[in-house]
Amino acid sequence: MTKPSEKPVDELVPIFFMGKRYDVPASLTIQKALEYAGYQHIRGCGCRGGVCGACGTVYRIPDSYKLQVGLACQTVVQPGMHLMILPYYPGNRSEFDIEELKGTGGEVAALYPEIFKCIGCNSCTQGCPMDIDVMHYMAQAIRGDIAGVAETSFDCIMCGLCASRCPAEEVQFNVAILARRLHARYGHPRAMHLKERVKEIENGKFEEPLRDLMSKSTEELKELYKSREGEPQFTEEDWTPQDARYV
Amino acid sequence: MPYPESLKKLIEKVEATRAARVERKKNNEEFPALELEERGPILENFHPDFIEGTRRKIKIGPSKGYAISNEMVDLLEAKSRVDPDLINLSEPDYETDVLIIGAGGAGTAAAILAAENGAKVLIATKLRHGDANTMMAEGGIQAADKVGKDSPYYHYLDILGGGHFVNDPELVYTMVQHAPDAIRWLEGLGTSFSKFEDGRMKTMHGGGTCRKRMHYAADITGAEIMKTIRDEARNHTDMIDVIEFCPAVELVLDDAGRCAGAVLYNLETAEYHFVKAKAVIITTGGSGRLHIQNFMTTNHYGATADGIVMAYRAGVPISFLHTVQYHPTGVVFPEQAEGILITEKFRGAGANVLNIKGEQFVYEREPRDVEAACIIRECSPGGRGNGVPTPTGKYGVWLDSPMIEMLKGEGTVKKEFPGKNILFRRFGIDISKEPMLIHPTLHYQNGGLDINSKCETNVPGLYAAGEVSGGVHGENRLMGNSLLDVMVFGRIAGTCAAEYIKDHDQIGKVNLDHVKRYNEEIETAGIEGNRISPMILPDYSNPDVREKQYTKDYFGTLS
Repeated sequence: MTKPSEKPVDELVPIFFMGKRYDVPASLTIQKALEYAGYQHIRGCGCRGGVCGACGTVYRIPDSYKLQVGLACQTVVQPGMHLMILPYYPGNRSEFDIEELKGTGGEVAALYPEIFKCIGCNSCTQGCPMDIDVMHYMAQAIRGDIAGVAETSFDCIMCGLCASRCPAEEVQFNVAILARRLHARYGHPRAMHLKERVKEIENGKFEEPLRDLMSKSTEELKELYKSREGEPQFTEEDWTPQDARYV
Repeated sequence: MPYPESLKKLIEKVEATRAARVERKKNNEEFPALELEERGPILENFHPDFIEGTRRKIKIGPSKGYAISNEMVDLLEAKSRVDPDLINLSEPDYETDVLIIGAGGAGTAAAILAAENGAKVLIATKLRHGDANTMMAEGGIQAADKVGKDSPYYHYLDILGGGHFVNDPELVYTMVQHAPDAIRWLEGLGTSFSKFEDGRMKTMHGGGTCRKRMHYAADITGAEIMKTIRDEARNHTDMIDVIEFCPAVELVLDDAGRCAGAVLYNLETAEYHFVKAKAVIITTGGSGRLHIQNFMTTNHYGATADGIVMAYRAGVPISFLHTVQYHPTGVVFPEQAEGILITEKFRGAGANVLNIKGEQFVYEREPRDVEAACIIRECSPGGRGNGVPTPTGKYGVWLDSPMIEMLKGEGTVKKEFPGKNILFRRFGIDISKEPMLIHPTLHYQNGGLDINSKCETNVPGLYAAGEVSGGVHGENRLMGNSLLDVMVFGRIAGTCAAEYIKDHDQIGKVNLDHVKRYNEEIETAGIEGNRISPMILPDYSNPDVREKQYTKDYFGTLS
């Protein structure tokens, strides 16, 4: 296993980071290529694994006018590409109290009335590095289909590239998380087993068995551990153990 | 890049055994798990923790004499980044009730609870709010909430067995008893857990669990939780302020020995700021970016143990740092994705782990340390030598994701593992049809700062929660207990710190004397190397370029 900084041994290709040329190994991601070029990232670098949204990147390859997007940590360099990383976008966010809302589409529209300004140009979808159909979920938001927005936008990493491309100044990623939260909270029944279990714990149901475990010797614990009854991998949700003393 | 011909040939061997393996799985015929007594010898022979020469005793500080990884000791046996006498403590740049250092899952949960309990909160964080290991946690979060089949009793036993029976009992008790309420809290905030239509939570197994208690949001559970609670924190801008790209580098104490704030370093202007606070919570997470023993890591860019360093200088002892968690399944091919986490949920859903012959050699739901050691044994030349070679000369084993399609129906991989599906698709690999090539990767800091069940350290007014703390997981954490750790103890830390400041609202004369003493101790102990810490950020820049950076002042003192 090697550290990322160890020098790779393949051919060098030119890339243009904010207009400046660097020659970097052809197999590297944009993020590692910039480190090869000498950068120590401060902004524009987070999880390095494609989930945090810190390194949204806009790029163009030679002889094309088309702007493309990707995550710097996931996108392999291409010869001659021009690129910039967008580490922050000053999108609007509306505050809300989730306890006071009811989970209706009208609430999304009330908090983000600008959704109705969407002109359906599809720039947001083309600008999404996660391949989310952003314009589709904005249409769902306009129709008040919260469940639809939640499902369509589930993989959103909130990098802000959609908003940066939007001529109507929408903040799609904040609309999306509002809808996801509302749908998760109000679109499903609450888990009753959770409520019941919390009550049992509050009433001290497991206090004595747990305190008893805590006072046991390691040898006794090992025996109890070995004799645990395992829930089979392939079994129905209503499986119950034979020993029901502690459940 | 897609699999080259050489690997495609080897995948045929996996395909040849797949139908029979799926059949056995459907009949609940599992590859035999190791007996408890068999775990020890395998760990001692093949787990990286046991390699001689990789640990040394710390020469100074509250846990002097404790042997932990060389990389961590290097940070602890290092001087302050900044001369304490230069810092102007007479005029605070910020004042707050509770200062939270680190804005991942634990810090954000702590902030929300502290604010709810009436405290003004300032979060200082090195990267952006939410750029943290919580965001990267994939598989799930444990809680024993299935009434009639599971309970905190069994959760407790599983945790102790996974942690080699040396965990701090009070901390384990606290975590298992608070777990269902933490899930209920997240549900109420609108976290998209996978549910049945009637509202029951879907749960599955993880390594070392005796009941299915892993709650999840597809394969991006941590991201879903992090995005939700970050969004919730942003609903309280009247009570919670966040300063990004401003890591803390030292704690500040008062003349009564209480924690009274911290010194921050502005990564962009290179200024140092003093934050005066009535209580401080450290939630800086782990240390994968130290690349212990040169391992690749699943951790985010900022995981450099800053909180351990600061608190250790202020007198907080550490424990359980002698063990490090290597996640059994990190990407080893394609090269560009090397080290990236492949969630344990694949194995929880039934995917086998296979050697070059397409044969099983380990039960796929062993605790993580055991699973990782077995994979290393299979790959290493000193072990069984059955690893699959990559084009760049590394070794891995197969994780057979396509069998999930056969077990749970076509389309399951795409639906249940959207994050990994898109990651591999970018490289031209369809993981619903082809297996993944994996190898253990540096994942989790099992130990850390000593805390009690109220998240208090031995320094009054100083709290810690999450990966930066140690004890609850013993010597090895189980899957799904780190997200739980950050939620349970983050909430407790926020609540208790808010409670504490009600009786302790007077701050005495503030100072950095402990830092000066620590610097002197380094001199007295004859520690050489002129190291400074905390590290703040790893440096992956090209050494050839660094050689020519004769004056690095355009990046302040980063190095």
